[in-house]
Amino acid sequence: MILISVGTQLPFDRLIRAVDRWAVDHARTDVIAQVGPTRYRPVAMKSFSHVAYDVFRELQKDCTVMVCHAGMGSIITAMEFGKPIIVMPRNHKLGEHRNGHQFATLRQFGNRPGIYPAETEVELLALLERVDELTAYPTLNTIASDAFVERLAEIVHRPSKPSKVRQLRHFFMKKRDVVADEVDAG
Amino acid sequence: MRVLLVASAGGHWIELHRLRAAFVGADCQFVSTSKGMTPPLGDREVLEIADTARDSALAMAPTLLGLLRIFRAFDPHLVVSTGAAPGALALVIAKMFGARTIWIDSIANSETLSLSGRLVRPVADLRITQWQHLADENGSLHYLGQIL
Repeated sequence: MILISVGTQLPFDRLIRAVDRWAVDHARTDVIAQVGPTRYRPVAMKSFSHVAYDVFRELQKDCTVMVCHAGMGSIITAMEFGKPIIVMPRNHKLGEHRNGHQFATLRQFGNRPGIYPAETEVELLALLERVDELTAYPTLNTIASDAFVERLAEIVHRPSKPSKVRQLRHFFMKKRDVVADEVDAG
Repeated sequence: MRVLLVASAGGHWIELHRLRAAFVGADCQFVSTSKGMTPPLGDREVLEIADTARDSALAMAPTLLGLLRIFRAFDPHLVVSTGAAPGALALVIAKMFGARTIWIDSIANSETLSLSGRLVRPVADLRITQWQHLADENGSLHYLGQIL
């Protein structure tokens, strides 16, 4: 199954249309698309605008190839689940996003194994032509690097005195409806 | 220590998820913008708040009210967000409530910090970028590594 997704915030009809046309031309019935907030209704693809997060994760786990906007969520998920991913960046000049960060994402991650960048619909179609041959990135660990986690944990768990604002607020509220701080002093 | 972790559904949530090990040992309350999410740590159900684009102040009202309700009930010592706009709003409220605040900018922002990341500067005790060169250019940003 080929899974298309464009996130929940903005439509990306340029991508949806191109894949839908390709699915029609090739009589593909194994394409499912998460199309986001759009009026465009795909012809050949099963589609929905949005589903519960965990349901969507299952679809991502089950698919063979992902075709997505250049969002980090999609890219990281593809790497974690070991799926090849075709990514097409949203073009802010066409009103597809607020800024050009998806092109930046493509520049940073587009050359990794398993990630297939398509800057345009033409490049997208060329990749779809060989969609059944695409190979995945070796599965990524589901947790960030030890160094990052450890340095962050050190900051998170660093003891700190309650701020003046907090002390005053608790004093005036007499802890009426705040959970007592003493409970977790340890 | 009670920690409130706020991330919009999608990439922001996945980035936060990959950092979950850093919060082991704290009482974690996760907040996101979608239903049906599984908490990465602990057994507190993930709370849902309205999503907001930062385009209009009025459109933020439902998000703001949702967050205020959560802050009153949970009273966090620390608030952490990996974005986007609702997380930035959470950091502003956190300062009003006297909580510590950490902003972690998405790995997607490799060329400039996100707008939300720039806006939270006055209310963030710590701002983390995942790109060394951005930390080099701006002394107020910290680089600790990447979520990948």
